[in-house]
Amino acid sequence: MIGGRNDIREVAAIAEGSGRTGLAVQAVIERETFRLDVAFTVTPGEILGVLGPNGAGKTTLLRALAGLTALSGGDISLDGHVLDDAATGQFVPAEQRPVGLVFQNYRLFPHLSVRENVAFAPRSHGTDRRSARIVADEWLNRLGIADLAKRKPAQLSGGQSQRVALARALAAEPGLLLLDEPLAALDASTKLAVRAELRRHLAAFDGPTLLVTHDPLEAMVMTDRLLVLEDGRIVQHGTPAEVARRPATQYVARLVGLNLYPGTRMGSGQVALDDGGTLTAAGLAETGEQPHPPDPAGRVLVAIPPTAIALHTSPPTHTSPRNIWPGTVAGLELLTDRVRVQVAGTPPALVDITPAAVADLDLAEGTPIWLTAKATEVDIYPDPN
Amino acid sequence: MTAPRPGGSRPRRPRASQRAGRTRNRGPLLILVPAGIGVAFLLVPLIALLVRAPWHGMGRLLSEAQVLTALRLSLECATAATIGSLALGVPLAWVLARSSFPGLGLLRALVTLPLILPPVVGGLALLLAFGRNGLLGRYLDHWFGLTLPFTTPGVIVAETFVAMPFLIVTVEGALRSADRDFEEAAATLGASRLTVFRRITLPMIGPSLVAGSVLCWARALGEFGATITFAGNYPGTTQTMPLAVYNALETDPQAAIALSLVLLLVAVIVLVGLRDRWLRAGSAP
Repeated sequence: MIGGRNDIREVAAIAEGSGRTGLAVQAVIERETFRLDVAFTVTPGEILGVLGPNGAGKTTLLRALAGLTALSGGDISLDGHVLDDAATGQFVPAEQRPVGLVFQNYRLFPHLSVRENVAFAPRSHGTDRRSARIVADEWLNRLGIADLAKRKPAQLSGGQSQRVALARALAAEPGLLLLDEPLAALDASTKLAVRAELRRHLAAFDGPTLLVTHDPLEAMVMTDRLLVLEDGRIVQHGTPAEVARRPATQYVARLVGLNLYPGTRMGSGQVALDDGGTLTAAGLAETGEQPHPPDPAGRVLVAIPPTAIALHTSPPTHTSPRNIWPGTVAGLELLTDRVRVQVAGTPPALVDITPAAVADLDLAEGTPIWLTAKATEVDIYPDPN
Repeated sequence: MTAPRPGGSRPRRPRASQRAGRTRNRGPLLILVPAGIGVAFLLVPLIALLVRAPWHGMGRLLSEAQVLTALRLSLECATAATIGSLALGVPLAWVLARSSFPGLGLLRALVTLPLILPPVVGGLALLLAFGRNGLLGRYLDHWFGLTLPFTTPGVIVAETFVAMPFLIVTVEGALRSADRDFEEAAATLGASRLTVFRRITLPMIGPSLVAGSVLCWARALGEFGATITFAGNYPGTTQTMPLAVYNALETDPQAAIALSLVLLLVAVIVLVGLRDRWLRAGSAP
């Protein structure tokens, strides 16, 4: 279980001294066919990434934080102020929450100029027209888009719209910033530039930030910490590096490009895989995080990078790898500089080799093949779920 | 174009396909003949109006004091009725489009009933409601000394009653199809519901609002049945253009034609204005 209720209270209590405690969430949202149940905290200045497939509940979570959806259970508090508490019925509506939300499609008001869009929040908070304009111009300057002030949203490129949307959200001076797939609407070439810039602007924001994405690269480079959300619950929680190295689910493993096998530890470094087959890991006993002696019936995950598996057309005899198993080529896919070979077997595997090796081995769909993986390349860790 | 098929002489093919295209566009006679009669049926009366118009005396006929009074009264009352419809109809359209409560469907049907109700019935109903002895009218009279029937405000009430549903229907449709996403975005930026309505919703349904207002105004301008029943036909206070046309038919048919031409001109201007700018813009999401 990640981030239980007691942990949240503890974190909140520790941070109380500084006055700004950040975001504490323990949220349950029930729909007819869907249930979101998550608990986590985000400290001021921290960027929490929420990574998950479509339909995992990412947007529902953002809507609950913004006040566009009410909780069915649990509570949300920001810097010690309750925003929503299902038990007491306390609910701060969206327009009264100090929460900025950058929507996936930006939702810039089409009938207002860029300046008027950014001035919208100050105006709504009662600032007079002139002062709101000054505030808007400050934000446009800060984001380097002062020259766009008079344009209408229809005259902006994707990257420009994204910056205007960010400026508009920040001009409300929110205590919590939410970004829903901020780069998803951009084409690949602008994405790169905008990503670096967004990262810089987010670093300047001193409140907690939540960044929702299904793009693994975005999640890795933009965030300080990651939550992986699947089917409405948190399946993994850690730094981007931890999540990338030791994915907890097939979804994350596919995103970060690892072969992942759930199984049961049997002792002597061997793991019986759930879907058949056995793998041996050298580091099993030495992994520092694990208790000694290892729990013999422990549920574990085994991860192998596709580059760590070798392919042979005949059974390798004089090789050192401890993992040898047969399979058949099920598919070939050209990545930029490598070929990804899908191998059916027990267990199945994705294997990356060079195009030259494909030619040497004369691989085609249906070719019988032998797979080898060194025990040192096989990572094994407890299954958090 | 279809791919060329083998066989057949080349030069004839394009002509054949052109002919086929023209025939297809024209459709069968069984449809074309009644359609043609329909067009004639709608246009011939208008042509008759133009042909029989007293073009030479037009200036004299239209500058008569009584005509000018009726014209001014018509324009003023139709404009006032439109303003009244906007003030009451837009909030009502918002309720119909955005809220949900039991009986909403029934309410929507009742509110738009004047669209199909014979205006004379509407006028009679108004008389029973706001007349001197009417349901509400007796209190208006007792408490405020206010009498609506057979007064200029009565004309405005009758026209509003008949024309407001046009505005409601148009605006409700626009509110329904308007993108709620922008309203949500405005809420996250701290805008109260009233601010959202004023600064986001209204501007975004602007084209439909204009179209609805123009339709409403045109309907009010042409209103006859409810007006004559509820407000009567007194030159200077309740005699609007359509009533003046009706009157003139008995005494001076030439003047009736001249007045009708003015109303026709207004209708054409409204139609052209709506087609070119607002109807299409309003129907786009």
